[in-house]
Amino acid sequence: MPSSEKIVSQSYIRNKTIFAFIIFILFIAGCIAGWKWLQKQPTDQGALKPLRAGLNYNEKIFSNIFSNNHLVKTYPVSQAVPKVRVNGDVGMGNNFDTATWKLQVIKKTGDTLFISMAQIKALPKTDLVFDFKCIEGWSQVTHWAGVKFSDFVKHFGLDEDVKMNYTGLETPDDEYYVGIDNKSMMHPQTILCYEMNGAPLPMNQGYPLRLIIPVKYGIKHLKRIGTIYFSNTRPKDYWYERGYDYYSGL
Amino acid sequence: MKKIVKKHPLAIRWLHWINFPVLCVMVWSGLLIYWANDIYKIGFNNKTVLKFFPDSFYKALNIPFRLAEGMSLHFIFMWVFAINGCIYFLYLLFSKEYKLIFPNKKVLKESWQVILHDLHIKRGLPPQIKYNAAQRLAYTGVIILGFGMIATGLAIYKPTQLYWLCAMLGGYEWARIEHFSITILFTLFFAVHIIQVIIAGWNNFRSMITGFEVLPDDALKAGISNEQLTQNTDTIITNH
Repeated sequence: MPSSEKIVSQSYIRNKTIFAFIIFILFIAGCIAGWKWLQKQPTDQGALKPLRAGLNYNEKIFSNIFSNNHLVKTYPVSQAVPKVRVNGDVGMGNNFDTATWKLQVIKKTGDTLFISMAQIKALPKTDLVFDFKCIEGWSQVTHWAGVKFSDFVKHFGLDEDVKMNYTGLETPDDEYYVGIDNKSMMHPQTILCYEMNGAPLPMNQGYPLRLIIPVKYGIKHLKRIGTIYFSNTRPKDYWYERGYDYYSGL
Repeated sequence: MKKIVKKHPLAIRWLHWINFPVLCVMVWSGLLIYWANDIYKIGFNNKTVLKFFPDSFYKALNIPFRLAEGMSLHFIFMWVFAINGCIYFLYLLFSKEYKLIFPNKKVLKESWQVILHDLHIKRGLPPQIKYNAAQRLAYTGVIILGFGMIATGLAIYKPTQLYWLCAMLGGYEWARIEHFSITILFTLFFAVHIIQVIIAGWNNFRSMITGFEVLPDDALKAGISNEQLTQNTDTIITNH
């Protein structure tokens, strides 16, 4: 029961009301001015600067709860859709020579490894059926297979390289490119993938080798890997440049 | 001379009004995000009754192709929404203000009486403090929706790191449906809230800004108790 009753004069009420409404109007005006200020800010990689700073801050917070023990839910193969959605074709140019393709890995030392498909397929194969999540908001249970990136790293002696902060990946024509933190790259469900639904990757899904990284949105699952390299600073990233979050972690 | 009575504490007023623009930004940026996969509709037998949302709606508000912008806004302002909401909730608990908002034992019986009264079927209202039973249910409901908003939002945002939350809410796609549905409920609450504020009038609206409500003159003359007063002046006090 609000017992705080008071008997006051009309002018007391009037003054109190005017005072409170001035504060209220200043507050609303401040909100509008703040919004207008925000819209006028310069952009940093396609996002308004203060928002970009915020996204980077979110990465700091949420990468703390990232763990290799947090596995993406997997499904039985029977639940995978037969028709897998194709959402992007950047970097899938037609003049790609499948015969001469080799995966290039540029090491920290500057040396470049040229790795053939046969060498990759010789490594243990991992199947993964999971709910692929697009940044647009849709998701699809799909079936992929390939070599775990962590197995690949061990086999080709890249342990020192993945101690750097990031891995960069590019298509052979360098039209599409992503940068990913190495904690996510070394997650046990991150695979260099060469099969979809039990058959070699179709051309439009990134034949001969693509990245499948379930702890990230689809924008990071680069198709048709040409080059892999390592860096302590953020490698260039196609959708980052277009205003999206660099981390894009799930 | 006039008699005034304190109604809304300063903290509640600030938290309420901060929430208003923040919620606007969250709903707006949510629309920019939702557009990129706008698959929800209400219908039956393959007939769509209501599509979320019609193309004319998107066009009128210039929503298409702004996903990146929507996400950057949503994931910054979410902090303000969540922190403001949590402070509000903690304030309710520690100031004991929750006793005036959370449903009490009589709430079901009394909210029925309030509805009969508001529909002009029955005269008079059960005695009340600050909020009537129907308001208690509505305001408590919207607090629960707020928590639901945060939970479903986090489940979509980090479905792998917060896998237990995502699983609890029925999985990724269900969490997205729930997040969307709560937004619709929020906007419906908002619409009813605005209508009720308009019906309740100036004195009530002013109290959300000044904190006090002015009581009618007969209260001053008769010197009757607060409890009788809220009964007699139910149109002022009870209506939101």
